[in-house]
Amino acid sequence: MIERLRSAWLGALTSVALAATLLFALVIAPPDSVQGDAARLLYLHVPAAWLAYLAFFVTAVASALYLWPRTRRPAWDHLAGASAEVGVICTGLTLFVGSVWGKPIWGPWWEWEARLTTTAVLFFLYLGYLALRRLGGRGAERRNAIAALIAFVDVPIVHFSVNWWTTLHQEGSVFNDRMQVSITDPLMSFTLWLAVGSFTLLYVWCCITRMRLLELEDGQAERDLARAIEARVAPTATVSA
Amino acid sequence: MSFASEAVLIAAKDLRIEARSRVATAQILPFGGIVLLLFAFALDPRRNVLPTVAPGLFWIAVLLSSLLAVSRSFAIEADHGARDGLRLAGLDGGAIFLGKAAAVAVELLALEVILLVGVVGLYDVEVHGLVVIVPAAILATVGLAAAGTVYGVLAAGLRVRETLVPLLVLPAVAPVLLAATRAFELALGEELADAWRWTSLLGVFAVVSSMVGVVAFGPLLEES
Repeated sequence: MIERLRSAWLGALTSVALAATLLFALVIAPPDSVQGDAARLLYLHVPAAWLAYLAFFVTAVASALYLWPRTRRPAWDHLAGASAEVGVICTGLTLFVGSVWGKPIWGPWWEWEARLTTTAVLFFLYLGYLALRRLGGRGAERRNAIAALIAFVDVPIVHFSVNWWTTLHQEGSVFNDRMQVSITDPLMSFTLWLAVGSFTLLYVWCCITRMRLLELEDGQAERDLARAIEARVAPTATVSA
Repeated sequence: MSFASEAVLIAAKDLRIEARSRVATAQILPFGGIVLLLFAFALDPRRNVLPTVAPGLFWIAVLLSSLLAVSRSFAIEADHGARDGLRLAGLDGGAIFLGKAAAVAVELLALEVILLVGVVGLYDVEVHGLVVIVPAAILATVGLAAAGTVYGVLAAGLRVRETLVPLLVLPAVAPVLLAATRAFELALGEELADAWRWTSLLGVFAVVSSMVGVVAFGPLLEES
């Protein structure tokens, strides 16, 4: 009960913070001197990208804690799953918003830039992890935790190789300079920080809510099993009685 | 039995099964060949793009074939409780991993030699820089086989493994495709110093994925 109340407070706080972010991002913050209103997309793009990486990091840590025998609790598995789900949504959002922003600023929808490409590979890497999680079954928690750690080990290698690829072949590319948006306006940088903060709250709230749902699903599965055993046992019990 | 001889035992078992069943030679090899032909249809040979993109096409063909090889490597243990037998054989999980990965790597290397001949013949590629191409191919193959074997056992007991393995493996081995393609391109263009840099990245991937496999394979086999 107390937990639910706390989650309700967190939900309320998140809503207020998001409303404030919306107000600042769309109305109060000035348009960028070079990019105009397109720069406002950054107030969604930057938090989404940050959360994607945070979420995958949390998934890896929670998976490691699940694998470590002393800290093994179902809650870590739930956290890993909840965080990865939010992470995949954020990664998809990062790519989508990045493309929408890139079209007026760069010209093409997509640019083979290191961070963008790494994020795209990451998206598919964790889609695979979520597909694996959906399967469940015996020993699924341990299997999922190992898979999450393997994916996490792969991330730096993907990043490094893609980085090398793009810098070796596109040296002096104009796009890398144009990637940078120099935020000097204090109102704009405040809005950006507010957006990062409020979306992080949203991430925490989503994780908590999703974890509780996963816990209930586990409980349901156990109840189903108990009921099935009871149904199998009951007829013989009446016969013998 | 020592760790190494256990690994050799498993590799020999897998290769013996392949030699007798001929699935690798009768199915996976022709698959690689038809992929090479289809690339030529997609990228009209008369426009002369094939020699330029040949390294990438070669590695895509190898990558797709490696998915089949990995699936096959675990399909041979799917029936008649063979995986239970493997689990109960008392062998070290890491050794089983190395054995299975080595068998896949040997199959892939044989495939690569034939595909390379195909690429040279069909795509009109002149081979230079073999001194880099050979180690790059070996390291890339070790990386592909190791990563594939880890994901193979991860999905081994699952009903949807045929569809799941490609989704798990392809993003994970993206760095191998990238590095192996660049290494081949640079080696063919005789820019050997840069080709070695990519080859070293392939080495890092091969070592990391092999280490991950040695550690993770045992627990994953238990849960499969």
